Amino acid sequence: MRKLLILVGILLFIHVTLLFVRPPGAAEEPEGEAVDVGIVFDVGGRGDKSFNDGAYLGADRAVETLDARVRFIEPGEGSDREAGLRLLAAEGMDLVAGIGFIFTDDLRELATEYPSIAFAGVDYAVQVGDDGKIIPPPANLAALKFREEEGSFLAGALAVLAGGSKRLGFVGGMDIPLIHKFEAGYRAGVKHVCPDCTVIAQYAGVTPEAFRNPGKGKELALSQYQSGVNVIFHASGSTGLGVFEAARQLGKLVIGVDADQQSEAPGHVLTSMVKGVDAVTYDAIKRVKEGTFKGGVYSYGLAEGGVGYIYDEHNKRLIPDAVRARVEQLKLDIIAGRITVPSTR
Amino acid sequence: MRFVDFLAQVIRIAIPYLFAAAGGVMAEKAGVVSLALEGFMLSGAFAAVLGSFYSGSPWIGLLCGIVAGLLFGLVHAVASIRYRADQIVVGIAINLLVIGITRFFLRLAFDSSSNSPRVAGFSEPAQGNIFLASLSNPLVWAGLLSVPLLTWVMYRTPFGLRIRAVGEHPEAAETLGIRVPRVRYGAVALSGMLAAMGGVYLALDQHQFTDGMTAGRGFIALAAIIFGRWDPARAGIACLLFAAAETLQIQLQGTQAIPSQFVQMIPYVLTIVALAGVVKRSVPPAALGRSAD
Repeated sequence: MRKLLILVGILLFIHVTLLFVRPPGAAEEPEGEAVDVGIVFDVGGRGDKSFNDGAYLGADRAVETLDARVRFIEPGEGSDREAGLRLLAAEGMDLVAGIGFIFTDDLRELATEYPSIAFAGVDYAVQVGDDGKIIPPPANLAALKFREEEGSFLAGALAVLAGGSKRLGFVGGMDIPLIHKFEAGYRAGVKHVCPDCTVIAQYAGVTPEAFRNPGKGKELALSQYQSGVNVIFHASGSTGLGVFEAARQLGKLVIGVDADQQSEAPGHVLTSMVKGVDAVTYDAIKRVKEGTFKGGVYSYGLAEGGVGYIYDEHNKRLIPDAVRARVEQLKLDIIAGRITVPSTR
Repeated sequence: MRFVDFLAQVIRIAIPYLFAAAGGVMAEKAGVVSLALEGFMLSGAFAAVLGSFYSGSPWIGLLCGIVAGLLFGLVHAVASIRYRADQIVVGIAINLLVIGITRFFLRLAFDSSSNSPRVAGFSEPAQGNIFLASLSNPLVWAGLLSVPLLTWVMYRTPFGLRIRAVGEHPEAAETLGIRVPRVRYGAVALSGMLAAMGGVYLALDQHQFTDGMTAGRGFIALAAIIFGRWDPARAGIACLLFAAAETLQIQLQGTQAIPSQFVQMIPYVLTIVALAGVVKRSVPPAALGRSAD
């Protein structure tokens, strides 16, 4: 017992000592009117080649061109998220950003607590009151939302036109309204170009774990492909990696999400529905720097370049020119308002 | 969907459960609570990907995965047997430890906090026939054989008899000259190795490691053990049942006939119904969770 106490004592001592150790260079703060930005990542963290990396890229660009000072926090499990935001807010950052819908409640709470700090939430889930009207976020909180349904619409049209099957697949992560937007747009796109096509939509689960369960994703995709589906659009984070694996195994096609996922299964990726998380993050930092930051709901769709699909040398041979032209026309129609894309199922 | 495809899917989903449940039965029969199955699996998954990545051989990966399971099994054993820590706390601690460690080394080795690059696995793309691809995966066979093998070890070998003895009445076993701690060490170490193989299967089937990829499968295996009344064969059947429920859920979700919320409830409802009604009273080994003095 005494040995244990001594051991714990020594460890405690080392721990406390390390608190005072600062790496060389950390102490010197550059002078000037730099913006201090704190960013807390979503589940998955940096290196997810998708959502969080997009935010990182945007922030990185801000560091280079806007002289921003950026601090990143990668939360571990659940409760760390709020703590991460709170830490950054308490340090008096100019802008605190949470990357992912999961920060919605924490951001709203902190924004009311720290009214002098600017907050931004990517994919912030705007609340709707009992009367069906949108409850606006606090004045110092910018809700950065994407019209994923518009990009998904094009993905759906492309899947029909280039896939060669009347059955289309969709694999979602967690069964929530945010992911339903992808499904709704995709369905609408499919139906628009092929009214008698069917969409099989499946979800990996009802908890955040459903975004990182590639085993489940693979089984969902295998059963869809076996039922005659040729193209699956996934909106399921790491769970989607299983979808790519299934496509490789059966020689079928996938549509990636958030970022260009071509490298996950070269030759099997029809396209990717991309979200411009980087541009949006950069934009928010820029506005704080210029003093034009305002709270409210910001929506980025095809018209703003917030969403889109990939067409480059990797997937050119999968998409005939006629198909490409048709999809581009649909894109213009959506931007011009000739097609309205539903955002709910 | 053909019946063969359904069966193949049940088996593919059941393999990780079977490995983990086999490992869990072994440890619990020896009287050590096995909450760390999830952690063992995750460590096995990560080590397998590391091994396969650096050697290019899934067999080396398998070996690395088993060694990782052995190591964490030993950590569990040392803490709960040598230092008589509360076994439930140790189990939870190991689960949390493995989540952190895998994430740390994922960042270190592959500079990503979510997934590793693609590695070599057993099931190479057979382009078309996944049923044959599943059959060519040695881990599928190992998983299916683990349960009969465990039954044989538990009920037909002296080692199995000793495991059951120390789990039921360690004091009595000790008076008969059985070295209780040693038997428990062996059982927990083997448990870690078995459960880790479930993780290895998962990771090599995906050809990569994803942060937290076991997604609660260790706990489902634990439920299967209780459901199976700590009997290897019954626990194995429970695993297959859970896997069948999951397959059913996947298949039914595709059709529009039933609201998806109901379909997604199937595995959980089945678990509760089974535990509450169908199974006779589930009696754990008498000395479960008790350290022997």
